[in-house]
Amino acid sequence: MITFDGVTKRYAGGTVAVDDLGLEVPTGEITVFVGPSGCGKTTSLRMINRMVDPTGGRVLLDGVDVTTIDPPTLRRGIGYVIQQAGLFPHRKVVDNVATVPRLLGWERRRARARAMELLERVGLDAALADRYPFQLSGGQQQRVGVARALAADPPVLLMDEPFSAVDPVVRASLQDELLRLQAELRKTIVFVTHDIDEAIKLGDRVAVLRVGGRLAQLDAPARLLAEPADDFVREFLGRDRGIRLLSFVPSGDLPLRTDLTVPVSTTASARGTAEPWLALVDDGGRPLGWIAPRSLPDSGTPADVRPEPYGTFVRGRDPLRSVLDAALLSPSGHAIAVDESGRVEGVVTREALDAALARATGDARG
Amino acid sequence: MGEEPLVRWDWIGRNLPVLRELLVDNAVMALVPVLAGLLLALPLGLAGVRWRRLYQPTVGVMNVVYSLPSLAVFIVLIPITGLATRLTVMVPLTFYAMAVLVPAVVDGLAAVPDHVRQSAVAMGFTPLRRLLQVELPIAVPVVLAGLRVATVSSVSLVSVGALVGRGGLGYLFIDGWQRQFPTPIIVGIVLIVLLAGIADLLLVGAQRLLTPWAGSRTRRRA
Repeated sequence: MITFDGVTKRYAGGTVAVDDLGLEVPTGEITVFVGPSGCGKTTSLRMINRMVDPTGGRVLLDGVDVTTIDPPTLRRGIGYVIQQAGLFPHRKVVDNVATVPRLLGWERRRARARAMELLERVGLDAALADRYPFQLSGGQQQRVGVARALAADPPVLLMDEPFSAVDPVVRASLQDELLRLQAELRKTIVFVTHDIDEAIKLGDRVAVLRVGGRLAQLDAPARLLAEPADDFVREFLGRDRGIRLLSFVPSGDLPLRTDLTVPVSTTASARGTAEPWLALVDDGGRPLGWIAPRSLPDSGTPADVRPEPYGTFVRGRDPLRSVLDAALLSPSGHAIAVDESGRVEGVVTREALDAALARATGDARG
Repeated sequence: MGEEPLVRWDWIGRNLPVLRELLVDNAVMALVPVLAGLLLALPLGLAGVRWRRLYQPTVGVMNVVYSLPSLAVFIVLIPITGLATRLTVMVPLTFYAMAVLVPAVVDGLAAVPDHVRQSAVAMGFTPLRRLLQVELPIAVPVVLAGLRVATVSSVSLVSVGALVGRGGLGYLFIDGWQRQFPTPIIVGIVLIVLLAGIADLLLVGAQRLLTPWAGSRTRRRA
């Protein structure tokens, strides 16, 4: 656990970067520091590994004041990832990753073996090991940066806007990768970003800081969205808080109706049903779209009509937000539930969705 | 008309041992100062980076030294280091090399990207290790570029020493001029250019070997 105990950083000119910061970073969780530029988030992060020392208060690492630990020793036990990856241009990828083990005195062969293991772990091809950093894409460099930070298996990982310099698609995949890694490794991670969506996606807890280095709110993301502490936090969170909140509501317990689907190969006319919409499913069980049975010709089969657009969600994996999205994409107002392989499991009706939405917003408020 | 050819090949043939001796002398007097200059420029450059206030005055003094006419410096040195000695030529050349190399060392270290330096600090490098294993290696391409300039100019500057009796291949210019005989002059020029060219090629080769990663400088991604 990392504890900020009344931490202040005041520079010689009188500028206060961090003002009486008090918070705890629980072991094994991702805590995100987020805020506009000038809010002291990076300064706070750097006080953990003593790249900056506080002018007041204490930063404790498992109860020990970090200023009592010699900086190089402290830093070798804390992983660090920064925006442009900070890779050493003159060292091969494998040697970049082996840096901290080498500093700790591991012999070269063992450090390299460990590095290879980590490259695989962050999803990089072993063939990249002998390249130089300039031969990698931005996303690959950032993965190497993460591998390098993890090389000596430090319990604590500091990440300073690590994904800000890559394009949105790569950024999303790096974020997913981090969450996957964290599920395995359970590191104590402090993650700094100015991007509130990134904070909400990654953080177990999010600390919103305001300019001048004061803590505005520290909460779980759902709580933050549901109950911003003040106007600053509300404004910083931006629009669509209600919709974004649905990202934290699971879809697993929604009632499914299996009588609203019809296979495309059926020979009977679907006109007999009283339902206004049916989900058309191909022979492999995959969705084709919505059809309105009443619009069928008297003796027509479902194969005779062009299906209307539809939306799907993966039941159990996707949150309620995806269910709402799927429903909004369909003229029927219903969402099609599929399994991981994309086969239709059933339909969540608008009525069932409405009930779930009412419960969800009620829960978030309570 | 035309009895006197531009180059008399038989003269070259007869004077090969002398030419070889002058070539070696020229090479030694050019390259030793560059090496000495590099060894002196490293600590001065490091000091210039560590204490930025020192840097501008250091470069100022270096530039004044560089602007001193080499012949004048040779003459001033004669009472101290002797007439027609290698030292008289090599001492000023060392200063000229330093004038090029001190800024090269400083620029090379300044070229280390800040995020690279920061990440080295954050990973727990001690300052000395960071300098030796991260900053200096990354400064190598810029320092080598300075080294190439210093080497080539040093090779050609040696010849001025001929005016104080020790100029390597420069002796051939005085000899040829005094005798109104162009062959030694042309041979001298060709050998100096060859010597400078070979030294430069060796340095380019060293650069390729030492910095296989330096593609990052010219082929950096957007």
